[in-house]
Amino acid sequence: MTTLVQLLVAAMLVIGGGFALVGAWALVRLPDAMTRLHGPTKAATLGVGAVLIASMLYFWGVRGVPSWHELLITLFLFVTAPVTGFFLAKANMHLSWTASEIPPPPGNGNDWATFGDEPGPGAGPLPARKPGGHGRP
Amino acid sequence: MIRRILPHPVLSLLIVLVWMALVNRFAWGSLVFAAILALVIPWLTAPYWPGSPRVRGPLRIAAYLALVLWDIVRANIEVARIVLFTPNGDLRPAWIAVPLDLTSPEGITALAATITLTPGTVTADVSQNGNALLVHCLHAPDPDAVAADIKSRYESRLLRIFS
Repeated sequence: MTTLVQLLVAAMLVIGGGFALVGAWALVRLPDAMTRLHGPTKAATLGVGAVLIASMLYFWGVRGVPSWHELLITLFLFVTAPVTGFFLAKANMHLSWTASEIPPPPGNGNDWATFGDEPGPGAGPLPARKPGGHGRP
Repeated sequence: MIRRILPHPVLSLLIVLVWMALVNRFAWGSLVFAAILALVIPWLTAPYWPGSPRVRGPLRIAAYLALVLWDIVRANIEVARIVLFTPNGDLRPAWIAVPLDLTSPEGITALAATITLTPGTVTADVSQNGNALLVHCLHAPDPDAVAADIKSRYESRLLRIFS
């Protein structure tokens, strides 16, 4: 039983390492900054995910103690990874793209938040929300 | 009454779960401390949460998370193939404007995070009046199909959760 779990742990570690390696290779070979941004998102999801599953299997199956830290790492990663991706994309849009190279959003006089200076038509101030209320009207 | 003590019940539950997972083994003392945190933190941060987002259907949320996890695995393999075997000359990166039907800020944030976490697509921007997301695709020979896929696969489900 323990041998089987150890085999599974080893397999997950190899899979995770493989995906992290492909993510790093993507950084080297893809042509520009925007496409290179796609490399780390891979490493951060399946690469780390497989290593975390290996860690959970190890503590559960080999050591016999359940471990919950891996779930927390997953949660924090899923909350923070999109924010860094968003910042990198936004910085890159400021540095090397102009509004004419990017398809405009629908709506007249409407622009992407990075290029526009003010809230677009129909945006207005955020409405005050009643407790238990939701979203924009 | 319960609203006054617990302005954000889901947040309080999340704090208890996160604290117990941080401690990593069950102890009554930790549970008491988690309960204190779950009471104090939502109360202190209440001014930053003018209203609670209305989220419906725990089963729907679980089904959505399962779908996203499955798609992350699928898209990872897809992107790995592109990175390893597609020469740069054949790569068709594209910017895509995805018009939104979602209006709740939390719902749009969830959709943007989903798009970024799925390899091959990254959310880059939101429009000034919040009616569209700007998405960058690593390899999209047919950009319209990608936008339609995002809308039918993720947004339609999020619309039912953040109603």
